[in-house]
Amino acid sequence: MGAILVVILVMPVVVGLVAWRSSPALAGGLTVSAGVATFGLALALVPGVGSHSVLALDSWLRADALSVVFLVATAFLYAVTSIFAVGYLHGPKREPREVLDGSRRLGGPLNLITFSTPAEPGTLLYSQRFWAGLNFFAWSMAVAPIVNSLALLWVAIEITTVISALLVAIDNTEGATEASWKYVLIASMGLGIALVATIVIYYAGSTVLGSGYELFFDPLLRAAPRFPPGIVRLAFVLAVLGYGTKMGLFPVHTWLPDAHSEAPTPVSALLSGSLLTIAFYAILRYYQIAIRSVGVAFPREVLLAFGIASLVLAALYLLSQRDLKRLFAYSSIEHMGILMIGMSFGVTIAVVGVLIHVLAHAAAKATAFFGAGSVMRRLGTKDMTQIRGGIGLLPWSGPMLVLAILGLSAAPPFGIFRSEFLIVYGGLSDPQDVAVAILVAGVTMAFFGLSWYGTQAMVTPAPEGAIRGETSGWIVAAMLVGLIALAMLGIHPPAQLDHLLARAAAELGPPR
Amino acid sequence: MHPTPDPGTFSGITEGLAALILLTEFAMLRSAMLRSQVRLYSFQSLVVAALASAVAAARGIPDLFILAGLTLVLKVILIPGIIFRVMRGSKVDLAGSHRLNVATMIFIGISVSVFGFLAVEGLDIHSATLPTPALGTAVAVVLVSFVVIILRGDVVSQAVGFFSLENGVSVASLVVAAGLPFIVEVAFLVDLLVAVVVFGVLMRVHHMKADTLSTDVLDRLKG
Repeated sequence: MGAILVVILVMPVVVGLVAWRSSPALAGGLTVSAGVATFGLALALVPGVGSHSVLALDSWLRADALSVVFLVATAFLYAVTSIFAVGYLHGPKREPREVLDGSRRLGGPLNLITFSTPAEPGTLLYSQRFWAGLNFFAWSMAVAPIVNSLALLWVAIEITTVISALLVAIDNTEGATEASWKYVLIASMGLGIALVATIVIYYAGSTVLGSGYELFFDPLLRAAPRFPPGIVRLAFVLAVLGYGTKMGLFPVHTWLPDAHSEAPTPVSALLSGSLLTIAFYAILRYYQIAIRSVGVAFPREVLLAFGIASLVLAALYLLSQRDLKRLFAYSSIEHMGILMIGMSFGVTIAVVGVLIHVLAHAAAKATAFFGAGSVMRRLGTKDMTQIRGGIGLLPWSGPMLVLAILGLSAAPPFGIFRSEFLIVYGGLSDPQDVAVAILVAGVTMAFFGLSWYGTQAMVTPAPEGAIRGETSGWIVAAMLVGLIALAMLGIHPPAQLDHLLARAAAELGPPR
Repeated sequence: MHPTPDPGTFSGITEGLAALILLTEFAMLRSAMLRSQVRLYSFQSLVVAALASAVAAARGIPDLFILAGLTLVLKVILIPGIIFRVMRGSKVDLAGSHRLNVATMIFIGISVSVFGFLAVEGLDIHSATLPTPALGTAVAVVLVSFVVIILRGDVVSQAVGFFSLENGVSVASLVVAAGLPFIVEVAFLVDLLVAVVVFGVLMRVHHMKADTLSTDVLDRLKG
């Protein structure tokens, strides 16, 4: 089992390096294989973490049920996004503006500064950077949940930031440059706060474990009841604020809509479906320590406050978006708010709901972004006031986009309906009536915003004389896989998954 | 065991060094030249390396000597070199990027510093390595670096502000987490280097797109 963790640590980097120097077809093929393989490895870990955690590399790598939930979500997106990206980059309708610009003379991997040499979409240089970046980005997100130390977790998340910032900027438009700069700066400030949280929790630990210990999870959790509570409270609030910046929580969400809407669509899907929840994973690790040290009340209040603020703000913004990708970006803030609220309820059933929500949101949001990418490829715009007749023009991806939007707005039978139902049910049994009322109101508002604007652009008659047709079979395949996963989570999750979620929820509960 | 130096001398030297780091941060708040921002960062990192060496010598933590050496190579020489290289194409050196007048910005800086000191006073933190006031100074450095990032409207100051934030955290970790495992410290530094390269790339891209290092043009995306 430990060997699986090592393979996940190594494989995507190697593939990324090879893709950096390969032809687009080879790079795409390798990336899809690596994505599917990583997803398979993540699934193979599921039985192994049923009763105890898996360790590797002298305990520097560690996976328990909680890690595997996030790893599965990330690896799934790695796989489907690579499939989508093949169609997005190399579909038949894309006219290369300039063929093979002789980019090979632009220095080897060491000459990183030449990355700033502009490469137009469609050129070899662009495709090499894109595929390499996609693999490195997926790698950094897959490694974050399997490192054992709070400090290395911080390092991994900082690496996700810098790699994804380059990917946001890769289209080399003014909008992309602006979004990327804001993103890297705001996220780095947030991670600066998270670094302070790491130092503070280290200090709290050193009062019990002595100086010079590694920040491994198991010893920290065992010793947490004896940590000074005031210091742990400080560390927890700093961690929520710091990692919350990465997660897109109000009021530190401001980078998110820009980065999600300006990035290339495959990157948007990874940012929204996986990166945000990886930051949530980091918060959960601090939550585990905090509930052992200061009890459940304080951490849950903090989560609830951030969750409600994010949900309400996002629901309001969802009612006034014109840009399809910005619409989905605000929907991400909404769903991150729901995760925080669900976690604040704390009862097991709500926590299981939160974990399903992580998986279902990944599938739904990626599918929705893929659909937006398909529309943009076909119609050349993401302005919803200009998109008409999406269903008529795109016989496959059009209807699937509508389904994904309905799935995102928690329509049955999809996975998000199930997860939100469990969260609300948990909240009512807790009982947290006010929070549940706000949750239901916010989700309803978001439902109207999303489904009204989203479907209005799609379910209208197509313009006269327009030709029906998809731009790429790869795009359709990726969306189909995403929708099937989303429906499976809603209708009949496999028994293995139920067991994994129950186990992860137990790890997040108070110690027995 | 290493001889414990006279506590008065040690705390005098280290608190002096910590204060110097904070003063450098204030200089970044007001400095008018872009290239002097980078030099200030280099100098600040040098002082951090000196502080780490002082702690290493006085408390007998040899790992910290290596860390001070790495700080010297990376943060004093390599990183400023990278930023200078990125700025090579830009003829502009006068920043003119203060969003408020200098006096107001310094006042805000002092206010957040005082807040930082008081906040640390309120915590019950005892350090075996450095006098506790140094922690207040470190937190003040972090807070003032936020002010630099927010109130300076050019990419150089914003990037340097972020790097100096990391210096502030380094000082804080010397106070409360001096025993932090070496491998972790090295990971932090490598990470910083990656971040610097990416910041550099984005600065270059911005400069090529907008033909300026000011961030005033970055106002298209709203809502």
